[in-house]
Amino acid sequence: MALQDKYAELLQSANAMGVANLAVAEQDGVLHVSGTAKSTADYDALWALYSRIDPNMASGDLMMNIDIKAEAGARLRVTTDSSNLNIRSTPSTEGDIVGKAAHGEVITLVEKTDDSWWKVRTADGEEGYAYAQYLSPEA
Amino acid sequence: MKLPKFFAAAVLVAAISFSACKSGPKDADIQKAIEEKAKITAEMSGIKVAVDKGVATITGECKDADCKAACEKMIGGMEGVKSVVNNATIAPPPPPPAPASVTTMLDAATMQKVKDGLKDIKGIIVDFAGDKAVLSGTISKADRMKIMQMLSAAKVKSDVSKLMDK
Repeated sequence: MALQDKYAELLQSANAMGVANLAVAEQDGVLHVSGTAKSTADYDALWALYSRIDPNMASGDLMMNIDIKAEAGARLRVTTDSSNLNIRSTPSTEGDIVGKAAHGEVITLVEKTDDSWWKVRTADGEEGYAYAQYLSPEA
Repeated sequence: MKLPKFFAAAVLVAAISFSACKSGPKDADIQKAIEEKAKITAEMSGIKVAVDKGVATITGECKDADCKAACEKMIGGMEGVKSVVNNATIAPPPPPPAPASVTTMLDAATMQKVKDGLKDIKGIIVDFAGDKAVLSGTISKADRMKIMQMLSAAKVKSDVSKLMDK
């Protein structure tokens, strides 16, 4: 239970935020935390807590599988540094580029294909797969 | 006269058996009563009881401490039981629930996902060793956060000890 103590503040915050389906388990020296945050702000706050509790997140003792609530039709903001986000024909960088979404553009979620790739549609009607890490669900 | 002697013996026997009755039910009867009760009492399902001179000794397994105490109380309250020796053990707790998220095997598809996620982050080298993605290079704080979020989403264990801050 030592890891639960180490990350107690994070777990309490997740609870207080009302992270849905919050589940916590310790296995082989790694604390697994999963659930669905209500908003991008909650998600960012939890990650900020993680990096404060475990400087540089270097211990490798927390696997935080928190995603952000987003259903089909949700608005997603493109959060690349500055570049365009590629939209591809298949959920992989092997897929052909079928469209691009600009930094800051808001596109529509079609489906959460998996944890890393989401199917999206741009305002121009381009549809394909984009890397989920660069997409933030809007409230 | 033989008759009075026989009478005296008969009276004596009667007196002895009467006094035996007065001291309460026999061990075997107590044990039988306990066994009957055990059949209809969920808490007592895992235990065994032996009765000797009115002392009931409990062995076997109870699911928890409450169950153990309840068994002792029930048996102690039964007719003829003078005292209870509670040697029941408590069952080990059930195994913990399945982990909230399982880490993924580092198969080709997962490695590709990790590479896909990291390809736009400059100055980073990704390697795979055992079940971990081993990252090295020099990166910004913001990128470090992105990398960790990406690895978590892909459910990949990581070794970031060689990842330096700008």
